[in-house]
Amino acid sequence: MSRRQTGSALDELARGARLCLPVCVSVAAYGLVWGVLAGQAGLSVLEVLLMSGLVFAGSSQFVALDLWTTNPAALPIAAIVIAVAVVNLRYVMLTATLRPLFPDRLGPRAFAAMFVATDENWALTVGEMKRGPTSPAFLVGSGLAIYLAWLGSTLVGRLLGAAIDDPAAYGLDFAFTATFLALLLGMWRGKADLVPWLVGAGAALIAARLVDGNWYIIIGGLVGSLAGAFLETRSRRDHLT
Amino acid sequence: MTISPEALLAIVLMALATYAIRAGGLIIADRLPRAGFVAAWLRHIPGAVLAALVAPAIATGGIAEAAAAAITALVFVVTRSLFPAMAAGVLAVYLIRLVA
Repeated sequence: MSRRQTGSALDELARGARLCLPVCVSVAAYGLVWGVLAGQAGLSVLEVLLMSGLVFAGSSQFVALDLWTTNPAALPIAAIVIAVAVVNLRYVMLTATLRPLFPDRLGPRAFAAMFVATDENWALTVGEMKRGPTSPAFLVGSGLAIYLAWLGSTLVGRLLGAAIDDPAAYGLDFAFTATFLALLLGMWRGKADLVPWLVGAGAALIAARLVDGNWYIIIGGLVGSLAGAFLETRSRRDHLT
Repeated sequence: MTISPEALLAIVLMALATYAIRAGGLIIADRLPRAGFVAAWLRHIPGAVLAALVAPAIATGGIAEAAAAAITALVFVVTRSLFPAMAAGVLAVYLIRLVA
C-alpha cells in the first residue's frame, strides 16, 4: 500500500464504499433486471451466483444471456467466451489508467484489486486521483460495495423472476430487446457514436443472414467499432492538417 | 442449485478472460496508447456490440416489436433509467399483441 496516503487503509476502504453507495443503487437496479432475464434464459440460482461472483462485468453478462441455451449440450461456449472478452476489452483502458495507484512494483495486492475494477468505481477512483494521492484501498472499498450490490441484486432478480411461469404470455420475451436497447441508448456520448452503431447494426443484419449461430453479434460489434475508430481518428487528423 | 459441466466451463472461461483483461491493462499500462486508433476502437466496442444485438431482434420482429422498441427508446430518453424503459417496452408489446 502507498505510504503517501493520509488515512489508514481501512479508513480509505470505508470511504470508497461510502462514496460508492449512490452508484450501488443504480448497479442494483441493473442487477435486478439481469437476474430476471437470467431466469428466463434458463440459468439456475447457482449459475447466477457463479457468473455474477466470478465474471462480475454487467454488460458482458447481458450479452452472455442472449447467447445462453437451456440445453447444456447446445451451449455455444466459444461464442459466449469470445463475445464476453470482446465486450470487456475496454477494461484494458480502464485498469491501465489505475497504474499510478501502485507507485512501487506490481504485487499480489495490485492484481487482487483489479478483480473489483468496474466502470463505476474506476470513474470514482480516477476522480480521486485527480485531486491528490489516492490509496488502492479506495478502489477496493468502492469495488467491494459494487460487488455486493451486483451479487445480491442479481440473486434477488433471479428469485423474483422464477415466480413468472410463462414469460411470453406477458410480453416478457421482449424484455431482452427492450433492455439492450435501453443499455445502448445509455451509452450515447455524442455524434461520434452514430457511425459505429449504424455500421454495427447493419453488419449484424447481414451476418445474421449469412452466418449460422450467434456470431453476428461479434461480427457486428467488431465491424462497427472499427468503423467508429477509423472515422474518429481520420476526422481528427483532418482537423490538424 | 444445479449446474451443468458445460455451463460451469463457460462461466469459468468467461471469468478467466475477463480477469486477464483487467489485470492485463495494469501490466501494459505504460505501453498502451491513450489516444489514437486503438483507444477509439476499444471505446466504441460496447456500443457497437449492443447495436449488433438489438438490430436483428427488432428487424425480425413484427409491428408489435417495432412499436414497442420505439416506446422503450422514448421512455428511456425521458427517464434516463433502465427499469421504466424495459417495463414500458414489455407492457407495450403485451398490449399491442392483444389487439394486433
